[in-house]
Amino acid sequence: MSGPALVELQGLSKRFVKSLDLAGKLASKLGSSIREETVYALDGVDMTVAKGEVVGLVGESGCGKSTLGRIVAGILKPSDGRILYDGRDVSSLTPAEAKAVALKVQMIFQDPFASLNPRMRVRDIVGEAPLVHGLVSRGEFESYLDDVLARCGLDASYKRRFPHQFSGGQRQRIGIARALAVKPDFIVCDEAVAALDVSIQAQILNLFIKLREDLGLTYLFISHDLGVVEHISDRVYIMYLGRIVETASTEDMFAAPNHPYTRALLREVPRLETRHSDFLPIEGEIPSPLDPPRGCHFHPRCPHAMQRCREEAPRLREVAAGRLSACHLNDGI
Amino acid sequence: MAANAPALRVENLETHFFTKAGVVKAVDGVSFSVERAQILGLVGESGSGKSVTGFSILGLVDPPGRVVGGRILFDGQDIANAGEAQMQSLRGNRIATIFQDPMMTLNPVLRIETQMVETVLAHQEVNRETARKRARDALGQVGISSPDERLAAYPHQFSGGMRQRVAIAIALLNDPDLIIADEPTTALDVTIQAQILYEAQKLCRERGTAMIWITHDLAVVAGLADKVSVMYAGRIVEAGAIDQVLDHPVHPYTKGLIGSVPSRNKRGSPLYQIPGTTPALLNLAPGCAFRERCPRADPACLEEPGLSEPVPERAVRCFHPYAEAEA
Ligand SMILES: Nc1ncnc2c1ncn2[C@@H]1O[C@H](COP(=O)(O)OP(=O)(O)OP(=O)(O)O)[C@@H](O)[C@H]1O
Ligand SMILES: Nc1ncnc2c1ncn2[C@@H]1O[C@H](COP(=O)(O)OP(=O)(O)O)[C@@H](O)[C@H]1O
Ligand code: SF4
Ligand code: SF4
Ligand SMILES: [Mg+2]
Ligand SMILES: [Mg+2]
Repeated sequence: MSGPALVELQGLSKRFVKSLDLAGKLASKLGSSIREETVYALDGVDMTVAKGEVVGLVGESGCGKSTLGRIVAGILKPSDGRILYDGRDVSSLTPAEAKAVALKVQMIFQDPFASLNPRMRVRDIVGEAPLVHGLVSRGEFESYLDDVLARCGLDASYKRRFPHQFSGGQRQRIGIARALAVKPDFIVCDEAVAALDVSIQAQILNLFIKLREDLGLTYLFISHDLGVVEHISDRVYIMYLGRIVETASTEDMFAAPNHPYTRALLREVPRLETRHSDFLPIEGEIPSPLDPPRGCHFHPRCPHAMQRCREEAPRLREVAAGRLSACHLNDGI
Repeated sequence: MAANAPALRVENLETHFFTKAGVVKAVDGVSFSVERAQILGLVGESGSGKSVTGFSILGLVDPPGRVVGGRILFDGQDIANAGEAQMQSLRGNRIATIFQDPMMTLNPVLRIETQMVETVLAHQEVNRETARKRARDALGQVGISSPDERLAAYPHQFSGGMRQRVAIAIALLNDPDLIIADEPTTALDVTIQAQILYEAQKLCRERGTAMIWITHDLAVVAGLADKVSVMYAGRIVEAGAIDQVLDHPVHPYTKGLIGSVPSRNKRGSPLYQIPGTTPALLNLAPGCAFRERCPRADPACLEEPGLSEPVPERAVRCFHPYAEAEA
């Protein structure tokens, strides 16, 4: 990590109380013992993102990435733990200060279509927030809007159009323009390129890289695509079932992963360079967050699991300079 | 099935949709073949015609769509215009399918056992007990533990990855000669994807099943396939052995696509990018469909390039392909 922290998370936890869905109700009628239960989406997460840094967050579906992103963006409240923005606990801010921080942190979603109001024109989607929050005067509005759109590779003539009149890549550009329009410092990108074709994905990733250079933005880049994360991030966090299991600089992480889960994950990423491979998958599935395993969450799938792993959760601690890992195998090193 | 003839040979397949707005040439002269124990990767971006190609082979194209040209030789016999009765006896029996969404295969209100047993009984003259045993074995083959308990379950009681494995087990039931897999791992996590790829590969190697693996992900095809055909706007633009195409692409689109994969670029630096977007296939103008995005386009490209075959099994559709040495 370089420079002072822009965002710091301390012991962040989030629990959801899950009511029965239709499938669950059916199942319980059929004699299964499903009841209302608590989902442990995040469990004591610590994370630091320095000013100007791109931090990647990786993990399997349902491990808590979006939940973490939403909490950082102020869309969800944590059950426990603290969020520091620029060194200050956001829960201790005055309403005016909290509003200012909320604008400084913006989020970009996977599905650009679902996150854009179909009945609003591009000018309102992108321009509404900066006007409402007084970030730009009426007189400067049009030229401000044109600037923001141009930065995102959108022509000023698009302002009058509706979202359905655009391709997937263009819609994602509109989503990015909407986030940029309120002059944020920090952007949470949640699977922001996952729905795009390879050639369009490259265009949008390039846009993120350029915006960071031009505007000095800081990103939390959430993705299940390790190739994308490796390309864009300075540092990476690996998450498993609501807990961070490892973090290191991108270079170190991909050169020599420490945690058994990270090692398995990296081994299984398909790569262009690998031909006629002999796939040797890790066994089993990610367990349910309704009933996480005791001790180390990874122990049912870990080839190195010992008795201790079934009883005691490993602490995330420094195992080398700039690298934290949560695995009992590191004890005695 | 004849030992050395290809399991499937598709020649100049054309499948068009006759919509109110005009003709969509979703598949426009596609050719490829796949042999026993071979995996062909069919790669392209969304809308390029991969799924419609698969549906055409299966005889599942619905109006306003229609196979309007070409031949589909399965075990030497042309099934391009086969009747529904013949296709029904082939589907789920000698030709099996795995879709991106396993719920296209699974019936939500039936127990796994019921569905699997019915699938066997529909195509084989065996008793229920034998059919059940076969279902149980198939679940075991795709790595599902305690298959007896699982047989009694309903699809919603499984996770996404597990459902996909059940769908694969169903595809295996009648020991098909050909499996068409349409983006079967796209919605899955890498660890689960690796499990599915492992099962597919084992199947192909151990049983000699021919496989068409449809995907937009070049990296998946790299590790899995023996050969690859790249589709763009309803046409094959480049085809060949996997190492040839990925290491020495000669079509400007293939080259651009491979170049824009993040791992092919220096970390943090801008990625190689193909400008523009894929064209809509409705009333597509004549000429090379990649023209607007192509760095090598010139007036010659206003004509339609044909599919050349510079060396056997290595084809490219371009007036100005790169030399292999440049690639
Ligand atoms: N509003 C909610 N109510 C109940 N459970 C929830 C809610 N939101 C998320 N969860 C649960 O919390 C866990 C973490 O979900 P989250 O969306 O953060 O996962 P994710 O890592 O983003 O997954 P994906 O890769 O699929 O997007 C999951 O088990 C999810 O089902
Ligand atoms: N029922 C239909 N009516 C009209 N056009 C269709 C229909 N189904 C598919 N198409 C068109 O055919 C083309 C190829 O589609 P598809 O094979 O699904 O692409 P892929 O699987 O490569 O993403 C697309 O342009 C699509 O819009
Ligand atoms: S703590 Fe134990 S179970 Fe967990 S990753 Fe380490 S060795 Fe495996
Ligand atoms: S035919 Fe012309 S436009 Fe098409 S790919 Fe080749 S060079 Fe490019
Ligand atoms: Mg998510
Ligand atoms: Mg498709």
